[in-house]
Amino acid sequence: MSEPAGSARFAARAGSDLRRELLVESWPELGLVAANGPADPSPELVVVDGAVTRLDGRAAADFDVIDRFLVAHGLDLAVAEEAMALPDERLARMLVDVDVPRDELVRLARGLTPAKLARVAGMLDPVELMMALKKLRARRDPGNQAHVTNLKESPALLAADAAEAARRGFDELETTVGVARYAPLNALALLVGSQTGRPGVMTQCAVEERRNLELAIRGLVTYAETLSVYGTEPVFADGDDTPWSKAFLASAYASRGVKVRFTSGTGSEALMGFAQGHSMLYLESRCVSIVRAAGAQGVQNGSISCVALVLAVPGGTRAILAENVLAAWLDLEVASGNDAISSHSAIRKTAKLMGQFLPGTDFVTSGYSVMPRSDNTFGGGNYDADDIDEWLTIQRDWQVDGGIDPVAEGEVLRVRERAARAVQAVFAELGLPSVTDAEVAVATSGHSSRDMPDRDRAADVEAADELLARGVSALDVALALDRRGFVEVAEAVVGMLRQRIAADYLQTAAVIEPDGLVRSAVNDPNAYLGPGTGYRLEGERWELLQALPHVVDPRQLASTNGEIRAIVDTHETARRGDDATEVVVALGPAFGDELRETINGLPHGEVLDAVLEGVREAGGSPRLVRIRRAADVAFIAHDGAVLSGSGIALGLQSKGTAVIHRADLQPLDNLELFGMSPLYTLESYRAMGRNAAGYALGRRVGPVPTELDNFARAKLIVLTTLLHAREAAAVVPGAPAVELARSS
Amino acid sequence: MAFDPVTDYPLGRRRPELVRTPSGTPLEAVTLDAAREGRLVASDMRATAETLRLQAEVARAAGRAQLAEGLERAAELTGLDDDELLAVYTALRPSRSTAAELEEWAARLDNRGAGRNAAFVREALGAYRERSLLADV
Repeated sequence: MSEPAGSARFAARAGSDLRRELLVESWPELGLVAANGPADPSPELVVVDGAVTRLDGRAAADFDVIDRFLVAHGLDLAVAEEAMALPDERLARMLVDVDVPRDELVRLARGLTPAKLARVAGMLDPVELMMALKKLRARRDPGNQAHVTNLKESPALLAADAAEAARRGFDELETTVGVARYAPLNALALLVGSQTGRPGVMTQCAVEERRNLELAIRGLVTYAETLSVYGTEPVFADGDDTPWSKAFLASAYASRGVKVRFTSGTGSEALMGFAQGHSMLYLESRCVSIVRAAGAQGVQNGSISCVALVLAVPGGTRAILAENVLAAWLDLEVASGNDAISSHSAIRKTAKLMGQFLPGTDFVTSGYSVMPRSDNTFGGGNYDADDIDEWLTIQRDWQVDGGIDPVAEGEVLRVRERAARAVQAVFAELGLPSVTDAEVAVATSGHSSRDMPDRDRAADVEAADELLARGVSALDVALALDRRGFVEVAEAVVGMLRQRIAADYLQTAAVIEPDGLVRSAVNDPNAYLGPGTGYRLEGERWELLQALPHVVDPRQLASTNGEIRAIVDTHETARRGDDATEVVVALGPAFGDELRETINGLPHGEVLDAVLEGVREAGGSPRLVRIRRAADVAFIAHDGAVLSGSGIALGLQSKGTAVIHRADLQPLDNLELFGMSPLYTLESYRAMGRNAAGYALGRRVGPVPTELDNFARAKLIVLTTLLHAREAAAVVPGAPAVELARSS
Repeated sequence: MAFDPVTDYPLGRRRPELVRTPSGTPLEAVTLDAAREGRLVASDMRATAETLRLQAEVARAAGRAQLAEGLERAAELTGLDDDELLAVYTALRPSRSTAAELEEWAARLDNRGAGRNAAFVREALGAYRERSLLADV
């Protein structure tokens, strides 16, 4: 007996993009378990004489470096007893209860241990997690961050992309380097581009600490989010840090005016081999607890670069959302991932995104690739330049603010060119290798760095070293811009210097408005307390997010074309015919009158001629009438059939839909329905005419072969609606049908 | 007028007169015109320890004790140059320093008026000793 053949459908699915990814069962010993791991400790906090003696399953003598740091800086013992005594379920319900304010939850979180936090968040289902995240976000308005990089490290292209990102409303822009020595040039291009696009946008250049401090002290960058923390001691040590070293570094950055955000995320401990048998969510709970204890204002979490690993295990997407919730609960700003590529499958990727997109986070992505992902040197590009229309459309669909503004093509080209010109001017003023006009042109309108002219990279890195050696700072950049006539950009760069001096943006979840006003969780806190409160996408902002460049005015569509010559002449009221070979061709109220072509663009005159020819070819005698009382194709056809000597009629709606009907049938029944009007040609209409005649003459008739396009409805339903509205508008209630003649 | 950490944020907008550069230039004098006239110096374009302490007050008043402590440590660190900062950071990395070396850093920080950071280093020393994160002598 031979093996049964495999299923062709299984084979087709096995070849899909989704199946390029490996899904695995949980394996808790390796940390391959999303949440609620069997070896996760039970929440525990024992305080004796003001000293913590047990924490989450460990005695003080066994505390690792993370436990010790949390005991020293993380736990607020003044609230711990009260908070830890609350049952898990009670806390979980408080997280989703709109009547429990954020402040109260944040107060309690100060006294909760990592195991308690993880267990409570682990109780929530996805919709509850979204509700909790919506409530707990630190800043009132959601925002977004962009990645700005390119493979050639082209300064003109970096500046143009930065400007577009700023103009599109991103609050922060992050770049990095392929070659470390490029850092000052990339930071410079980002500063100039960002301030050209929209004053106040903050920038960072993800590089090694010494370089980063140097860029910060020069005023070339304003934030950093490269401080990684991990949930187990061995992984922390492998990362060559401890909570104390990372917390010190955070203060060092802040002393240089750098807004500091840590990085953590589920999956990193498993990936690095030391998850110690714990679930991803529990370890991430330890991470975000460290972040707050270290005095950072926020965290980028949501698995970040390990996202594909977390999605490989059951419940991964939910665990990632839960970790965002934990960070927000701990009163941290959250840049919620969605930057690294999470899946090959667009469906799966977007399903995951909704967890952050719908509730809104301080930064919905911690790096939306404003350029094509082929230029994303972070290895990111989960969403990229080519996806912007989709992102904007989903914002419009859900009436949700995902932090990206629609901008018309002309305006995008304008800011891109202005930024490329500005960086060209700064390079010239500072004696850097020149940026050519050709580079400016391609940076303005090209698709990716593949289109960019090559630069002398050796000369660029040499100039970058020299730039640092000369001590060039943001002040020099402002003066260079000013001398070359980019006064408004120079003002914006000086504005950023003022921000560094006032340091307001070091507060939690701070972003800077174009007029220099800093908005953070201090002066613009999220106070969501249910419907009607908190941030709502309404008013001018909603108007803006509706007005996508490719949205059209329906009033401009489906208007009568220029043709004015009549195609039919109207005669007297129609009467019932007595010719047994007669086929009535019954036209809709607007056919060949208010409307002049089908949805497929066929002129009504030609459609009519094709039908009449078809009827005659098959031996029938066509008679033209117009049905005035109804716009529905079934009634048009049935009214026609009642008038027909043979009892057969072909009804034609203006948009091209047709029905062959017989007088003795119920109106909503039919002999043949031709509902795929977008696909019909004149030959189709001729075939319909032939078939109608066939029925009239009592022949055996095979149905007209029709094609099927299941996307036709998605593509054309708006136009269908508009055309039908005009047909319906031409209806004269109760009016009898009238005889027509084809105009000569 | 006394500083009110609840109502005076953002400082740059609400209390600009309280904000100066390290050399004493008032925030509102940091303008493009001043730059054109050569009245601004790049190394002066930064927050002072005093400003960071005001921000720490703002954070504390908003219920963010750890952020406030971090900003207070940052205020102390404004007096250190980049090399010193990175040297302390490196010393705090795992298994880089002996107990004596960390104690030496703490003492130096104390001498630089960075008492909070000194205490922070000593606290790390205690934890590292328990967790074998000190360098071999």
